[in-house]
Order: sequence, then C-alpha cells, then structure tokens
Amino acid sequence: MSETRICSLSGLKIEKNAETLIMWNVVAGVALLAAGGLFGLLMALTRWPSVHLLDIQWYYRLLTLHGVDALLAWIIFFEIGLVYFCSSVLLGTRAAAPKVAWVAFAMMLGGGVLINVIVLLGGSDVLFTSYVPLKASPFYYLGIIIFAVGSLIAFCLFFANIVVAKREGAFQRTLPLGAYGMAAACIIAILTFGHGAGIMIPTLLWSAGLIPNVDPGAYRLVFWALGHASQQINVCAMVAVWYMTAAFTLGAKPVNEKLSRTAFVLYILFINVASEHHLLTDPILSNWHKIVNTSYVMHLAVLASMMHAFCVPASWEVALRKKGYTAGLFEWLKKAPWGNPAFSAIAISLVLFGFLGGITGVIFGTEQFAIVRHNTFAITGHFHTTVVAGTTLAFMGFTYLILPYIFRRKLILPGLAVIQPYLYGIGVTIFAMAMMAAGSFGVPRRHWDITFSGAPFSFSFDPSVDMFLSLMGVGSLLAVVGGGIYVVISLGSVFYGEKVEG
Amino acid sequence: MALKEPERIWWKPYSKDERLWISVALVWMVISFLFMPIYHLVGSTNPPSETYTVTNDQFQGLVDKMVEQYQVGEEKGIPVVHPEPGSDVFLQASMWRWYPILEFEKGKTYRVHLSSMDLQHGLSILPVNMNFMALPGYDYVITLTPNKSGEFHLVCNEYCGLGHHMMVGKLYVK
Repeated sequence: MSETRICSLSGLKIEKNAETLIMWNVVAGVALLAAGGLFGLLMALTRWPSVHLLDIQWYYRLLTLHGVDALLAWIIFFEIGLVYFCSSVLLGTRAAAPKVAWVAFAMMLGGGVLINVIVLLGGSDVLFTSYVPLKASPFYYLGIIIFAVGSLIAFCLFFANIVVAKREGAFQRTLPLGAYGMAAACIIAILTFGHGAGIMIPTLLWSAGLIPNVDPGAYRLVFWALGHASQQINVCAMVAVWYMTAAFTLGAKPVNEKLSRTAFVLYILFINVASEHHLLTDPILSNWHKIVNTSYVMHLAVLASMMHAFCVPASWEVALRKKGYTAGLFEWLKKAPWGNPAFSAIAISLVLFGFLGGITGVIFGTEQFAIVRHNTFAITGHFHTTVVAGTTLAFMGFTYLILPYIFRRKLILPGLAVIQPYLYGIGVTIFAMAMMAAGSFGVPRRHWDITFSGAPFSFSFDPSVDMFLSLMGVGSLLAVVGGGIYVVISLGSVFYGEKVEG
Repeated sequence: MALKEPERIWWKPYSKDERLWISVALVWMVISFLFMPIYHLVGSTNPPSETYTVTNDQFQGLVDKMVEQYQVGEEKGIPVVHPEPGSDVFLQASMWRWYPILEFEKGKTYRVHLSSMDLQHGLSILPVNMNFMALPGYDYVITLTPNKSGEFHLVCNEYCGLGHHMMVGKLYVK
C-alpha cells in the first residue's frame, strides 16, 4: 500500500511515491538548467563583439544544446514535477501508476543524455529547429523522440491520476484551479507532441536513409505546431503556478473562477493556430491565409492572456486587502511579501511576461512586423522574456515554495534567495531588451559573426548595434549570476538544507 | 483558493470590473482584427507573393538563362545582371552565396523568384530589413517595387552550416 503523510506546513496529504517523483523530476530539471544556462553564457559571450569567445564550430554546437537543455529539457522536467504535484498532492491521492511514471522519467533522462552526447560528439549541429534538409545523426532525432515520448507518457498520467482521485473521492465536482490549469497544459502537450511525432519520425527515417526526403515546407509547418505550441504548455503551466503560488503565499483565491477557467479553455482552442506566425515570410502559406492568421485567431489567444492579466493581480489585491492593507489605492501592493522569493518571483514573472514577452509576441506575430523581425535577434529577445523571465522565473519561485513542503528542507542562504528573483529578472530584462534593439536594426539570430569575416561583400550595421550587443553581454552576466544562485540554493538545499519536521 | 476545489457554485456572473476589462480588450481586438487586412491592402509592407514547386535543375537553368541575357558586369566573380523592368528575375541561394548580383531600376516592378539549391536559407535585405525564407524545391515569387535607390546587402539569416556568416550578396537600385 502506498505510504502517505500530512504536511505540517500546508495540511496537504502527500503520498510517498508522488513525492519522490516530484523531487527527481525537479532535480533533473535544475541540473539541465544549470547546463543550459552555462551554454547560454557562452553564447552571450560569443555575440558580445569585443569578447567573441567561442570558435565557429563550438558556437553552433552549444547553441543547439542551449536550446535543447534550457528550453526543452529543464522546462518539461519541471512541468512533469508540476503534473505530479497537481494530480497527486493537490488532490491528496496516490499516484496512479508510479512504475509507469518512472519509465517516463527514465526515457526523458535517457533521451536528454543521448541528445547531449551526440551533439557534443559533433556532426549534429542542427540547432533547436533542425530544419530539413540540414541533417543530424539519426541518434539526435531518436533522442528527441525518446524524450518526447517519455514526457507524453507523464502528461497522460495526469489524466489517469485524476480518474483515480475521482474514484477515491478526492474531489466531488471539479478540479482545483491549479490542477485545471495544468490539465489545460497537458491537453496542449498531448496535441503538440502528436505533431512532434508527425514530423520527427519521418525525419529520423530520412536521416537513417530509409526514406528519400522530407519536404522542407511541410517540415516547417508541422515542426512549428510542435515548436511554438509547446511554448503554450509553458504558458499554461506558468499561469497555474502564478495561481498556486499566490494561494500558498498570500492565501489568494481567484475573484471569479469562471473567468480564469474560460481563459484556459481559450488557450486550448486557439493558441495552436497562432504558432503559424513563424511561417509568415515563408513560401507555403497564401497571402490571405497569413492575413487571417494574424488578424483573427491570434487575438482570441491574446484575449485569454488579457483575462489572466486581470484575474491574477486582482486575486492578490483581494487577499491582501482582506489582511487589512486597505489604506489608499496601493497599500496592499506596498505590503505584499516582497521579501519572500516565491512571491517576488511570480510577481516579476507576471510583469515581465506580460509587458515584454506577451506584447512583443503579439507585435512580432503580425504580418506587417513579421517581415522586419523574422529571424532577427529581436525574436530571440522576445522568447527570452517569455520562457526565461516568465516561465523559468515562475518555476524558480515555485521551487522555493516546494523545498520546505515537498523536499522538507530549509533553504540554504535565505538572504541570497531574497535577492535572486530581482537579480535574475533585471539581468534577463537588460539582455532581452538589448537583443530586441539590435534585432530591429536587422542583426540576425543564430549568427556567429556579424562582421561577416571571409564574406565576398561586407555589411556594417548601425554603430549603435555594438552598444546593444555589449549591453546584452552585461545583462546576461547578471542573469547568469542570478541563475547560478538559484541552482546553488535549490540543489544545495535539497542535499544539505536543514531538515523540516512534518 | 487555487489549491482547493471551488465552492458549490463557482460559475457566478462576472462583476462590473471584469465586464469592463473584457469589453475594453475585446473592442481593442476587433479594431486590430479589422486593421490588419486593411493595412495589408493599403500599406506597402508586405509585397504580394505566389508559390510554385521547382526542381534544382529547372531553377538553375532559369538563372543561367537570365545571367546570359542580362549580364552587365562582374564583382568578386559573381555576375551583375540588369534585367528588363517588369520581367521575371531569379535569385538563387546556396551554401554560401546569393547568385547573381541584381540591379533594379527605382519605381519599376519586378517578379523576384527565390529558391534554394540545398538547405533552407533566409533572405534578409539590409538595411531596409525585409526578410523572406528560401526553401529548396519551392519557387517563391515576390513582386517587388524598389522605392529607394542605393546599394543593398543580402544577408543569410537562417543557419545553413559553418559558412553561414559568409553568405552575403548584393542588390543595386539605380
């Protein structure tokens, strides 16, 4: 029989199997974030013109791994931890199939290690998008498929856990909002990994020489139904983390569950089609298809974000006003727990994701702006404000929260933890804004040398580009220090933190 | 709380604040929704385009024919062509060059055919900063009317192997 305990801090019922699964997925995620973050630092130091650290081969090689480790592996591992947290801990029930969950974990870890090894060995420098006919070793695609199937199994387990919880009477009518948000994330995950299989399996067969070719236009279309839609898994999970962290740290509850839940449904319905904005400068879509895509479908997904932009801060305000901070319009905001890294992380994540990530995403996703922003450094700036300043920072805050609840360890270096979200947030803001500024002058992304050494003709960018790229370097140093502090505190606390009773 | 199952009836009517917020967002979105198709038609940001499939040999043939017919010079071993205004112009992307160098007349319209011979390449026309994708097997026809004269550079902005950063071409508008 499964072993359970009642957490003395939260009153939540926690089962041993679920707890171990959460711990291992989070630790694997943080380890991969550390690797991805280190590669990210090397990227920034190469694009900083006066440093230009890496040679050409290692630049593209580590750029491939930076995307795989920091975007794919860290975030998905953490999301799987969230899946088990929401389906088992929030509902206070057992993990439905812990053995299957361990198989999923082993596949994800195995796939992740395989990709890292095969890329480091060379010959698979295809970057995150791996556009055909740029060819990698078959083991690269195999690693991606193994990782994706592992995470697909884990996402599907969410629904199995819910069925078990319902049968055992853990909930009567509907899921708590945090679990509801993760359910939306799981639905999007299953859809996008379906697309991933749809394109990665033929690409593996092509790379192994079993089929003659994969159409590059079709590859781009199906790849982006995976590549961008998978970022919507991150959005849903991040918003769920915002709601849950606010509940833990402030006792906040959504002002109106109907609004928050409608917003998650809008994400599921519309956000996948918005991913097509990657193809706005491609040959394959017709002019009218491009116009309809940017003017119509995208806005319905944006509406969902606008709803959360109201619901989340409103829930903070209501909770803090209930605590008696009612003087004036903003006393509640001043008296919010800014020294609690779990809260400050989600607050910074919300502001940066909304104002920098979300707004630039909507702008760059329109047909008119796509033509001047496509494949420039501005796009890199955009997605660093969504997945780094938004998702990664929210997950960092959640880690501080679950260290005492799940790992039952106190934070080591609590003073550093207080400043960590601010440092990281400021660092990411500086480097992402600098990337966007450089990109608006046409500086390409994924480019080793913008002085074009060895080219038949040379082109010089506006001189201010040098300043923006140096600013990017400085910002990334700050962010790496902030990220390093997080890795040290989270892994340090897991292994050396003082034990919490309960 | 977001951590607990909501109370019996959670689908309460929206409050005044919520209705106001959603209405403002919706009105804003309807305006953008209408503005984007309108701007596609009245603005000059997005040139009209068509797409056909093509084989490498066919495209190579068309490029060679154009170069033979309209070559006016040569720079760094790459021919400079001055095609007739209004005609079909062919721009070939391959690892790691844009071929040939094109010379256009200001205010005249050209049908620029773009295709790649090997990997995916990104055509970035600088400093105006217009970007298009060149995919192998596809003939992407973009109708361009240059409205500024001068010397433009074509930079590849999609990773295409180790010589990616050396893939720079030229375009003149006289």
